[in-house]
Amino acid sequence: MAPERLTEGGRIDRRQVLRFRFDGREMTGHPGDTLASALLANGVRIVTRSFKYHRPRGIMGSGAEEPAALVALAGSAAQGNVVPTLLPLTEGLDVRSIHGWPSVRFDLGAVAGLVSRLIPAGFYYKTFMWPDWHLFEPAIRKAAGLAPAPDAAPEGRFETRNAHFDLLIAGAGPAGLMAALTAARAGARVMLVDEGTEAGGSLLARKIEIDGGPAMDWVARTVAELARLPNVTHLQQTTAWGWREHGLVMVQERAPGHPGLIERGWRVRARHVICATGAHERMLVFAGNDRPGVMLASAAQAYVNRWGVRPGQRAVVFANNSSAHEVARDLRAAGVELAAVIDSREGVEANDLPMRAGCQVLRSFGRMGLRGVEVAPRGGGGPERIACDLLAVSGGWNPAVHLHSQSRGSLRWDEGIAAFRPGCVAQSSASVGAADGQFGVADALRSGAQAVAAHLGVPVPDVPQVAKVPPYSIAPLWAVPGKGKSFVDLMNDVTLDDITLANREGYGAVEHAKRYTTAGMALDQGKTGNVNVIGILAGLQGKAPDQVGVTTFRAPYTPVSFGSIAGGKAGPSVLPFRHTPLTAWHMAEGAVMYEAGARWRRPGYYPRAGESFRQTVDREARAVREGVAIYDGAPLGVFAIEGPDALRLIEHACTARYGTLAPGMGRYGLMLTEDGLIFDDGVTFRLSQDRFVMSCSTGNAEAVALHLEKILQIDRPDWCVHVTNLTHQWMNATICGPLARLVLGRLTEMDLSTEAFPFMGLREGLVAGVPARAARVSFTGELSYEINVRPRDLPALWAALLKAGATEGIMPIGSEANHVLRVEKGFLSLAHEADGTVDPYDLGMGWAMARKKGDFIGLRSVLLRRASGRPRRELVGLMPEEPDTDTPEGAPITPGGQRIASEGLVTACVHSVSLGRRVGLALLVDGRARMGDVVQVRLPERCIAARVVAPVFHDPDGLRMRG
Amino acid sequence: MLLIHCPFCGPRSEIEFSYGGPAAPPRPDDPAQLSDADWVDWLTVPENRIGPVPERWCHSKGCGAWLTIVRDTRTHEILEVRHGA
Ligand SMILES: [Zn+2]
Repeated sequence: MAPERLTEGGRIDRRQVLRFRFDGREMTGHPGDTLASALLANGVRIVTRSFKYHRPRGIMGSGAEEPAALVALAGSAAQGNVVPTLLPLTEGLDVRSIHGWPSVRFDLGAVAGLVSRLIPAGFYYKTFMWPDWHLFEPAIRKAAGLAPAPDAAPEGRFETRNAHFDLLIAGAGPAGLMAALTAARAGARVMLVDEGTEAGGSLLARKIEIDGGPAMDWVARTVAELARLPNVTHLQQTTAWGWREHGLVMVQERAPGHPGLIERGWRVRARHVICATGAHERMLVFAGNDRPGVMLASAAQAYVNRWGVRPGQRAVVFANNSSAHEVARDLRAAGVELAAVIDSREGVEANDLPMRAGCQVLRSFGRMGLRGVEVAPRGGGGPERIACDLLAVSGGWNPAVHLHSQSRGSLRWDEGIAAFRPGCVAQSSASVGAADGQFGVADALRSGAQAVAAHLGVPVPDVPQVAKVPPYSIAPLWAVPGKGKSFVDLMNDVTLDDITLANREGYGAVEHAKRYTTAGMALDQGKTGNVNVIGILAGLQGKAPDQVGVTTFRAPYTPVSFGSIAGGKAGPSVLPFRHTPLTAWHMAEGAVMYEAGARWRRPGYYPRAGESFRQTVDREARAVREGVAIYDGAPLGVFAIEGPDALRLIEHACTARYGTLAPGMGRYGLMLTEDGLIFDDGVTFRLSQDRFVMSCSTGNAEAVALHLEKILQIDRPDWCVHVTNLTHQWMNATICGPLARLVLGRLTEMDLSTEAFPFMGLREGLVAGVPARAARVSFTGELSYEINVRPRDLPALWAALLKAGATEGIMPIGSEANHVLRVEKGFLSLAHEADGTVDPYDLGMGWAMARKKGDFIGLRSVLLRRASGRPRRELVGLMPEEPDTDTPEGAPITPGGQRIASEGLVTACVHSVSLGRRVGLALLVDGRARMGDVVQVRLPERCIAARVVAPVFHDPDGLRMRG
Repeated sequence: MLLIHCPFCGPRSEIEFSYGGPAAPPRPDDPAQLSDADWVDWLTVPENRIGPVPERWCHSKGCGAWLTIVRDTRTHEILEVRHGA
């Protein structure tokens, strides 16, 4: 058995041995141990080096409050910055200390003292004001960093759940259990969560009797009854770590007990929340209060009583309150020699204890761990040394108000317990037991029952009997002045001197002091130290603690894994792709797949053996210019707009005129925002008097649908019109190129002649035997038929088109070739030219503004902008002076190529198959007045000269697509 | 995450909704009749109040209704939900 393990007692199973390693040393523990209790049982006193000063540190707490010890886990459970008091011991854990190099016992950082000189108080403020602070950051991170993130993903998976309960009870101590029992018996749907491995809270660590028997027997009976009730969900190792608006509580379940499942995150909506979160013991601030062997009194008590571990051979207890007296007795009962009980309060008596009332510990000593303390009466008098290897300290108790405070409930200072208590609630909730500052077990049981009974409107049940104990009493002792480092925040190495410095330098407001010193900003969030900081600042400023106030209690209450928040949303399932019915075909064909916006997957290009990227794209683009090709247009946004007011809606939302359209014909238009900027573009066809089909940009369908519905539901509820998003109901394959008519004619009875089916016409009929709407629109500048069919018919249509055009060499083309073709034509593309800053005139599309029809969305703002006469960026074509030089998309154009503010930017640049050279598009200030000029595209290392030309490089009159 | 009581679907989580900005006064019938200054005021000057603020939200992943919601910006309390303006 481990050397410091007691032979009996505690809630561990000595029959079963768990092996683990700490820095390579083999150690053993038992089921029921935490990593912290197992380390202490094995006599490990130093588990880490501190963040800034590299001082040796040991375990000081027994739960979420742990202010000092952090370790890293290696192997399959690799994880950085683990709090050992919260981690249940399991077989095979591989534990590493952090910070120390080469080891925690001999650490070079501490010898050199380098790190502390790098990081004075106010470091973040002072350092970040330097002009080049970023130069120092990597070195500082390396020297002062915490454990690195593990290299590999953890084995297993995470998941999240949504749940709804009448009551969420946070904490399964006496108050929480009594609350849960009351609610469960009344039939309410209850979720009871507790961060520990087993229910009981403070009862686990104390020798208290309830109803004449051990308190844990009552806990066991209660837990068993809750387990029998179907309306109760009781989870241990589960933390309510954040409370958001509208009763949403974030819950992390760390041991879901399901194979392969690492953790489960819960998003719980609760009608009412009971905060039974207990209390945290405060540290005392004196010189050397961080020496390994100094421990919170409640932790020392928990180690002997709950885990059967002796945290020291000879103990001194140092407290400013009554709670530590019980600890002293429990330590003695466990065989620890009790050297002295130092109580800073005058006149405190306890005949059975070696009391020294009115005294304080001036400092601790011992090189690598505690050897003793120096004690003196507070009123003055010679110090005395007392040898000890355990100093159990208690600076009083803070109700754990975190959850209450996160819900935006207020806090009030209670002089009687020298702590902040919950004040008013902001959401439906109540704090009970120690979380409400009611530290007695009897009070906790009663308040838990009362709060639930009052909320549910049921009678208050009888509560179990607890033997009477003296009431809690405290006289604050915020700090013992003296030489040497007195820590207020151990994890971030913030000392009493740092707080004093912050106050002197004008950062005495509590929120400033926190940021200036980083007190309370470590993983423990200052659970044991923050109120000491407030008390110290109050003392320095001659105020009461409530006048100093508290810093915000932010979520998370304890460290939370990203996995439990993200759940299954890892990898591609974060944002699932959308596939067209042809995705599998494209991939089988070897297409390089792109995302075409809104997670649509579409082929970028179809490389053939031996081809370069350029050769592939040129081949595909040339097929459209010279022969025939098809592309998958399935993701195109499509809407049916129907009803007596359909025309009004379309003319209100789009720039063009549609009232003059004959059925079976369409017109291109722009959709503007009310501030007169281009939001989308597309073609709208009239099917009959009151029925239209509108298309919009790929990937923008959801935004357009929202926009149209907002008009109809908010602004014009009187209009009779239905907008139906058909994006997923009609999908197209588009056949394009001068031979498109010839090939398509083999698959349909429709009359494809220009007279019967002109440009911008839409015809319904059978194509390849399936019902289709064929539309003569062109995004490539060539003769083009967009064949819209039901999604299930698309693969058959696609196959038929390929077969029908085989002799003409028909081929599929991807978005790269499409991009080349549209740039050659100067057609706008959303997010390239229409980047959210341009209006129709900027793109030379004033012709699309049907001003005669009257007002439409965006018109007023466009006219206002044009009336100002200010220069605008206008769409132009670019011809790089060197024909094969690329002007990268997004590159700025600056006056004379100087490194000054840009006068425009390149929006696209492609290798034109029509011209056999690179051509581009750009937005250029006053661009249309600068045709023929040479501008400079500014790259980081050089400039590229390019001539400004009209933004069309192929068939300027559009004869080919109309033919 | 807000809990929004859609008049058609009941209480639903914020993730089902799309935010549509603060509720503007009704769009002028004929913007051409407005002075430039009045148009700019209507278009671009939001109140940004502390306290109850009317906002537009669309139940876009639910029934598709555009709602007007009066939300207290201090507490997130939702004081009123109605369909349309
Ligand atoms: Zn709804």
